Amino acid sequence: MSAPNKSYDPVEVEALKPEEVERARDAALAAIAEAADLEALHAARVAHDGDRSPLALANREIGALPPQAKADAGRRVGAARGAVRKALKERQEQLEAERDARVLVEETVDVTLPYDRAPRGARHPLTAVFERVEDVFVGMGYEVAEGPEVEAEWYNFDALNFKPDHPARALQDTFFVKGADGSEESGVVMRTHTSPVQARTMLTRKPPIYIIAPGRTYRTDELDATHLPVFNQVEGLAVDKGLTMGDLKGTLDTFARSMFGEGVVTRLRPHFFPFTEPSAEMDLQCFVCHGASVGNPDRPCRTCSSEGWIEWGGCGVVNPRVLVACGIDPEVYSGFAFGMGLDRSLMFRNGVEDMRDIIEGDTRFALQLGREI
Amino acid sequence: MRVPLSWLREYVDLPEAENGRGVAARLIDAGFEVEAVEQLGADIKGPLVVGQVLAIEELEGFKKPIRYCQVNVGSANGSGEPQNIVCGARNFAVGDKVVVILPGGVLPGNFEIAARKTYGKVSEGMICSARELGLGDDHDGIIVLPPEYEPGTDAVELLQMVDEILDIDVTPDRGYCMSLRGLAREVATAYGLPLRDPALLDVTPPNGAGPQVRISDAVQADGCDLFVARAVVGLDPAARTPIWMQRRIQKAGMRPVSLIVDVANYVMLEIGQPLHTYDRGRVSGAIGVRRAEPDEVVTTLDGAKRKLVGGRDLVITDDSGPIGLAGVMGGGSTEIGPESTDVVIEAAHFDPPSISRTARRLKLPSEAAKRFERGTDPAAAAAAAQRAVDLLQLLGGETALVEAGVTEVGGVRPLAPITMPADHPDRVAGVTYGRETVVRRLQEVGCAVSGSDVLTVVPPSWRPDLVEVNDLAEEVLRLEGYDRIPSTMPHLPPGTGLTAGQRARRRTGRALAGAGFVEAPSFPFLDASVFDALGLDADDERRRTVDLVNPLNADEASMRTTLLPGLLAALRRNVGRGTHDVALFENGLVFVRREGQAPAAPRLAVDRRPTDEELASLEAALPAQPRHVAVVLAGQFGPAGWWGEGREASWADAVQAARVVADAVGVELVPRQASYAPWHPGRCAELRLGGPDGRVVGHAGELHPRVVKALELPERTSAMELDFDALVRAAEASDAVQAGRISSYPVATQDVALVVDAAVPAGEVEAALRDGAGELLESLRLFDVFEGEQIGAGKKSLAYALRFRAPDRTLTADDASAARDAAVAAASTRVGAVLRG
Repeated sequence: MSAPNKSYDPVEVEALKPEEVERARDAALAAIAEAADLEALHAARVAHDGDRSPLALANREIGALPPQAKADAGRRVGAARGAVRKALKERQEQLEAERDARVLVEETVDVTLPYDRAPRGARHPLTAVFERVEDVFVGMGYEVAEGPEVEAEWYNFDALNFKPDHPARALQDTFFVKGADGSEESGVVMRTHTSPVQARTMLTRKPPIYIIAPGRTYRTDELDATHLPVFNQVEGLAVDKGLTMGDLKGTLDTFARSMFGEGVVTRLRPHFFPFTEPSAEMDLQCFVCHGASVGNPDRPCRTCSSEGWIEWGGCGVVNPRVLVACGIDPEVYSGFAFGMGLDRSLMFRNGVEDMRDIIEGDTRFALQLGREI
Repeated sequence: MRVPLSWLREYVDLPEAENGRGVAARLIDAGFEVEAVEQLGADIKGPLVVGQVLAIEELEGFKKPIRYCQVNVGSANGSGEPQNIVCGARNFAVGDKVVVILPGGVLPGNFEIAARKTYGKVSEGMICSARELGLGDDHDGIIVLPPEYEPGTDAVELLQMVDEILDIDVTPDRGYCMSLRGLAREVATAYGLPLRDPALLDVTPPNGAGPQVRISDAVQADGCDLFVARAVVGLDPAARTPIWMQRRIQKAGMRPVSLIVDVANYVMLEIGQPLHTYDRGRVSGAIGVRRAEPDEVVTTLDGAKRKLVGGRDLVITDDSGPIGLAGVMGGGSTEIGPESTDVVIEAAHFDPPSISRTARRLKLPSEAAKRFERGTDPAAAAAAAQRAVDLLQLLGGETALVEAGVTEVGGVRPLAPITMPADHPDRVAGVTYGRETVVRRLQEVGCAVSGSDVLTVVPPSWRPDLVEVNDLAEEVLRLEGYDRIPSTMPHLPPGTGLTAGQRARRRTGRALAGAGFVEAPSFPFLDASVFDALGLDADDERRRTVDLVNPLNADEASMRTTLLPGLLAALRRNVGRGTHDVALFENGLVFVRREGQAPAAPRLAVDRRPTDEELASLEAALPAQPRHVAVVLAGQFGPAGWWGEGREASWADAVQAARVVADAVGVELVPRQASYAPWHPGRCAELRLGGPDGRVVGHAGELHPRVVKALELPERTSAMELDFDALVRAAEASDAVQAGRISSYPVATQDVALVVDAAVPAGEVEAALRDGAGELLESLRLFDVFEGEQIGAGKKSLAYALRFRAPDRTLTADDASAARDAAVAAASTRVGAVLRG
């Protein structure tokens, strides 16, 4: 602040006249309003609110005024400066917001650009099926048992009540394995089902036994659209006191619901297997057409071949002879067992038309199906 | 078994309106797999009538001989005038009765018949062959009917062309259902109707005056416990099988041959007892049954010389030696021929396993063998023989005569009674049937049942499969209906979830998929020649294959000892189909013959638990079957895109895949430079378990260029294979991982560039740095590898970023420098590293 200027009439200081202050204020407000960007606003700030701006200079003159005039002029100049600063702040905010918005617009990219930069992998759909099945049964309290794929005939057949020279044995077209000395009668085969795992489990564990045995199995079927010489099964075995065919039915119903949905309808049909007695085939009512395609050529169903039912697997009450061969007293314990082909399940559940797709390792197959299915 | 519904109705009075589908549904509920219900004749439309050939004009000048015939079709054509018909077949003569379809008729296959001009004549209809009528594949020519039918007679009716056939897949336990008799019994039970048993007939009792048969006691005890022989003489060789019988035989899926053979087959279809017929004039001396002599040969009636297994195969003999394979196929020397007039009929009961063995070895699944191996009803043998001789006398011409002599060697062995608590079926099913129902159902099956709380059940002679209480329970359950069984849940004890190995397998699959590999469970068969392509040494363990006796293809005769051939084949397939960027993985078993593996696994008893030693003898014959995990990759691993170049798959991705697996399983793998087929000798890492174990558990890297060439793979194809079981075992053997405290003090970073000989593996430099840096080292990262003039020939510079941190204080610059200097000093001592200035 400069020293009082004795040479002027203090009351007559030009810059502090109300009209001058108003003019300065209006000029400032106009400049602020006209500032088109932050730079122009900065210039307006310097010009109208800087140290050398008219209002700042006028403010300096206040000290020279006589006491009464001082208060008046102070109020006047203060109000003007306040209005200018408020305008500056508002304009600043407005321009900053405009700038920010503009920058975001300028930074816009095309988010639909593909970014498959990392190689895409997948598990095989059968693995997903296996896990789903395992999880259902582990949830019930079952354990997952495994065994060798090259197996002694005794485990694969004899222990399961397939008698030598019985036609039942020929139902499963078997790969026979040469002995270590090259002999053709080694008593060793590629397992035709995962049932030998059941026998192995019963031989090494005491009941109660609740297991499933998923895995690869082998039969001498020529590879074509509906046959694989190498395929996948899951079998289940329960051995406990007082188990009934009803318990088997309930277990399979639960399994079927978890695989095919709540409304799935199942039926058991009497059948024959050496290792179970009584035995049954388990059918699912077609979960696509619900039987509506039967005898209705206008609405054929691909999933069930218009038969209404889909054969899903075999099951039954464990034949007491199997229990005996595996060291379990059939007078005390009973059991049930079941088995399903998982390749087939994948086929009809997920619309796989040609089984060769399952085994050929074409990445397109797993990539289209290989998530949780 | 194919069952004509019309034939079935002969034994069960089914409701008139019932159709094949209805019967099929009942049979399915009772446990019979009805594959199809064929609608015979549904697509045939008349007029189809009997015609008599009046005249034949041979037309000349065509590629094949053509006949222009005049055929009397009675009043079927409305005019009574002869019908002019052009015919290409020649197996008929003037006067013969034939089957004619007239214009307007439709033959199977929607073949509409109209009068049309052909070979210069107008043909008003067609003279039909069996094949054209859908009666069989017999394409010898057109059908010539017996003379007794009047021209104009409706042939649809005459040939019984409209019928329904149930095609039933009989399970191996139900031999009795390989007959009309057996299936009629099931149908009768299913409908609650009485059965007219075709085996219930007047049977002449044995009298010792029949054909001579001699069977030793030993063979009677084991092999053939019953042999009934009858004879019919004076048969007219010109006698023909009546149409009704031919049609039934055709509908059942067999071929009419001649009266004698047809009668035997007809009775087999009807009663289930296979019969064999011998031309009596060609049999010399007594008929016998015995086991084959070593290296004995018999000529079966298909003309083949069959070499027999001494002491195993059952043969029928006469004084000349073997004249047939018992129960499987007759011999050529005593076969019925067109001139046969005197016939011996055999109705025997053979040991099922013996028949099964022989039929299977010789691949002769004859209709007889199919029945004998499932078990026939010995009590029906005499009735079947009676039925056959009765039919032959009836149909064999005026001179046909059944001889009074009836031979029966051996007898019917009763089946053992089964003792069963009356509530056993209830306990099996979880349903309360009650004693009364149980007894009734077992009686319907044919059992004799006595007792109250505990039943004594004698199975009928045709059910040798009923041996134990559960066999009886099944009969009750299935006849009561499986739909009666409730859906209940057992009360399980708690389980322990997946094993460590199973969890590790899941994690591994997810990790590899996440890393960009596609799972491809591949074909496990291989041709051992692939090992040469892979460049394996002659004594490489992977050549110790497990081989198949009966592979599907000769070049798939061995089981895989490594996952690579299967995965590489899948890779090649993908490339062939236009997918060039391929990264595959598989987790599966491989099979390696063990040193000292026993040559054979014994056949242990099944009437008790084998001893642990016996079970061990089974394991001794099995190969090692470890689970492996492998990857193969080629092309780009990470594609090019708008962001820039793609990345070529390389040896490093294969090694990294091993790290991914190790990480998922929870073990450390240390790579080391190695030379191992089929990998590139300079680009192969052997992978060792970290820690004191240090075992080699697999290899990774780029494949040898020779292998790439031999297997026609993309250049630079890389691969990794690990013994997954070994990883899991190592993970299980290690203690639970302990968590270290996460320090919140600041990090101190130091970079060092070390110059070492180019041959020094980076892994060793890193190991030295880590050991030297001590506990303050938090992490270490190689961020640059440089070779060039500045460094000097044969040298390389490795630049590392080291991060130090203390758990309890802020490190000073001096602390960090001291640790860095210690690290460099260790590298200097161990691998001759020099700090780059």
